[in-house]
Amino acid sequence: MSNLLSRYADAIFWMARYVERAEDLARVLDVTETFSRDSRGGQNWRSILELYSDAPTFSREHGEATAAAVIRFYTLDDRNPSSILSNLGMARSNARTLRPLISTEMWTQLNIFYNRLRALGPQEIAEPRLARFCSMIKEGCQTHTGITEGTFYRDEGWCFYQLGKQLERADQTTRLLDSKYHNVLPSPEDVGSQIDVSRWNALLRSAAGYHAFRKIHPRGMTPGDVAGFMLFHEGFPRSVAACVDEVGGRLTQLRSVYNIPGATAAMGRLDDLRTLLDTDIDGVIEFGLHEYLDRVQQYLNALSVEIGRDLLGHAPAATSAK
Amino acid sequence: MNEVAERTGLLADYDSGGRYCEMFGPPSMQAPIPHTQALRERLTRMSLEDLRERAHDAELELYNFGITFTVYTQKDAIDRILPFDAIPRPIPPDEWQTLESGVRQRVTAINRFLRDVYHERRVFNDRIVPPDVVFSNPNYRPEMEGLEVPFDTYAHIDGSDLIRDDDGTFYVLEDNARCPSGVSYMVENRHLMLRTFPDLIEDQPVRSVSNYGQRLRAALGEIAPEGVDDPTVVLLSPGTYNSAYFEHIFLAREMGVALVEGRDLVTEYDRVYVRTIRGLQPVHVIYRRINDDALDPRAFDPNSLLGVPGLFQAYRKGNVALANAIGTGVADDKALYAYMPRLIRYYLDEDPILPNVQTNLCREKEGLQYTLDHLDELVVKPVGEAGGYGITVGPHATKDELEHCRRQILDRPHNWISQPMISLSVAPTLVDGGIEPRHVDLRTFAVTGRDTWVAPGGLSRVALRKGSLIVNSSQGGGSKDTWVLE
Repeated sequence: MSNLLSRYADAIFWMARYVERAEDLARVLDVTETFSRDSRGGQNWRSILELYSDAPTFSREHGEATAAAVIRFYTLDDRNPSSILSNLGMARSNARTLRPLISTEMWTQLNIFYNRLRALGPQEIAEPRLARFCSMIKEGCQTHTGITEGTFYRDEGWCFYQLGKQLERADQTTRLLDSKYHNVLPSPEDVGSQIDVSRWNALLRSAAGYHAFRKIHPRGMTPGDVAGFMLFHEGFPRSVAACVDEVGGRLTQLRSVYNIPGATAAMGRLDDLRTLLDTDIDGVIEFGLHEYLDRVQQYLNALSVEIGRDLLGHAPAATSAK
Repeated sequence: MNEVAERTGLLADYDSGGRYCEMFGPPSMQAPIPHTQALRERLTRMSLEDLRERAHDAELELYNFGITFTVYTQKDAIDRILPFDAIPRPIPPDEWQTLESGVRQRVTAINRFLRDVYHERRVFNDRIVPPDVVFSNPNYRPEMEGLEVPFDTYAHIDGSDLIRDDDGTFYVLEDNARCPSGVSYMVENRHLMLRTFPDLIEDQPVRSVSNYGQRLRAALGEIAPEGVDDPTVVLLSPGTYNSAYFEHIFLAREMGVALVEGRDLVTEYDRVYVRTIRGLQPVHVIYRRINDDALDPRAFDPNSLLGVPGLFQAYRKGNVALANAIGTGVADDKALYAYMPRLIRYYLDEDPILPNVQTNLCREKEGLQYTLDHLDELVVKPVGEAGGYGITVGPHATKDELEHCRRQILDRPHNWISQPMISLSVAPTLVDGGIEPRHVDLRTFAVTGRDTWVAPGGLSRVALRKGSLIVNSSQGGGSKDTWVLE
């Protein structure tokens, strides 16, 4: 099969995104649960709803944003299209579509993972067990990533897989940072201070970045250092810069190795993004961290739309399935 | 052969209940058929617990691999596996030789008949088949009249449903010349057997079925439009919601071809293309797993969303090949079935190798008289209906029902056929109560491009409910690995 169907390219791209999104959502829930063990607990859970712009839907369907209700909404609620269960359900459904292309092991793992998740009862996500649930999700998603790395045939399909995964990861890292912005950074004057280290600590750990951060900054921990690390450090696989770098590599590969025409507009959006990232944390703070993250998300989205239009065969007017 | 030793252990209490048994042979069970001896001995050494445990593992594997068909209820889509029975169904070499040549003969006759129906129509002029049997069939496609297809092959993939009577004779119960399914289970059941029961199959002279995909791909390559050296073949599926979607995936993978849906294909200037990341690429052969009706909204059902507008015109022009051809449905329905032995003699000047179940046509004088005289012994079926509607089972019918049936037949004789009650052979099958006889049938698969190849195996379906003769997966049927022995 020498030519990848546009529909398959799209399904690969989104399968990678859905799994990455599920993993990152587990990370956000995990860190929120850690944060919520204090007096502002309730506010923490509500902030997730704002982060994903789900507050109106949630209050219409579920009323008050209690911890239990928000957790259920984002974990096992099959009516919420952005729950972990729904994301993995869509990933599995894409994998089913892709079975002619992907390895049997990739499909089997997602199939079993999803069926196992679907069988879980409400007691499995109650707050005392939430950390364990999140670990299970992270592990399942990482198993998928590992199997994919070890078994998925390396051709154009692999590029689309990486494009989806890295774009989603970059987007989620900005959200993870943004979600904790209000809680961990009460006022601009505190940026350089040592306050509330435990929270930044938790944030880094939720992105599996604590030890890497310590390598770069053996002593101390300022909010600016952490945010800069998560945004710009090219050696940290979840940093926005590292993800965007990977996206650039794959786009170039598609264009010059696989001779796929029509990646021009996507390359243009990529350049915009690179320009935006060509700064340091001081510049970001001057601009406003929240505003900056917002803009990065907009640019990532614009890039994603161009990839859909240029490479995945979406009709010009169509928006992504997000 | 030590008969006493064999009837200990797992098969000690097994009794075929007066039926022909695929493991022991004739109903008496006195002298078990020799070709199953090694298998029987191996089974005897196994404990019921071990068999059960491994059978369970095998079914779990089917579920985890997603080797499933989908059942839709109002609320949910449920993935079901086709239950796998661990005890294989062996077929000895001599019997297989008969089956293979019988199936080949039947497929050849079907293709000759289809060619004739859509071109010369000698079969009607020579009064072999009454024209209305074909022309009143909704599956007749006037669009195919006069259209040439490569090698005059219409039914590239043909499935024959075979059953075995108490005396051990195989009969053809049904032909499937449209989109026969089930071949993925033939191959996957073997894989499952090799993985979960290696000790049963090890060193047994079982013929391999794993090259089905390559044989099919080769046949599809043969029918590509002239002048195309390296044809692009695709498998056209209705999509992930189709209950046979697993099989479509399986075949696309085995053949190394793209699995496409209608929306992936477009036509331009009477040629078919597939949408890829490099733009539109030409397609030369389509193995389609969607019905004639749905193929092309411009030529057939205008409401079809599954098809490809303009596909038929490209096919007409010879720019793309379809397997199976359009309009094969006239060859595999109940009405035509009764004529198959005559068609074999007519086209091939040979006696049928595999008999039909004896079928009395009430449209013919002798058939009518015989049916009326033996109404309480026969199964009476309307020719036009599907799904068991309107059937009268003589031995189970009341006097009033038989009288009603008689009046219906006399009212419109050409609408009715009758057949004797036929019993299906049984095979030892693992059920809740242990190992018991259950009725089985056999679907064989024949692939025809330039020539016909019959896969040395098939799908043995088993009715898991006690006494049931219904082997369909939708009605509690399972399947067995079918061993064609060398």
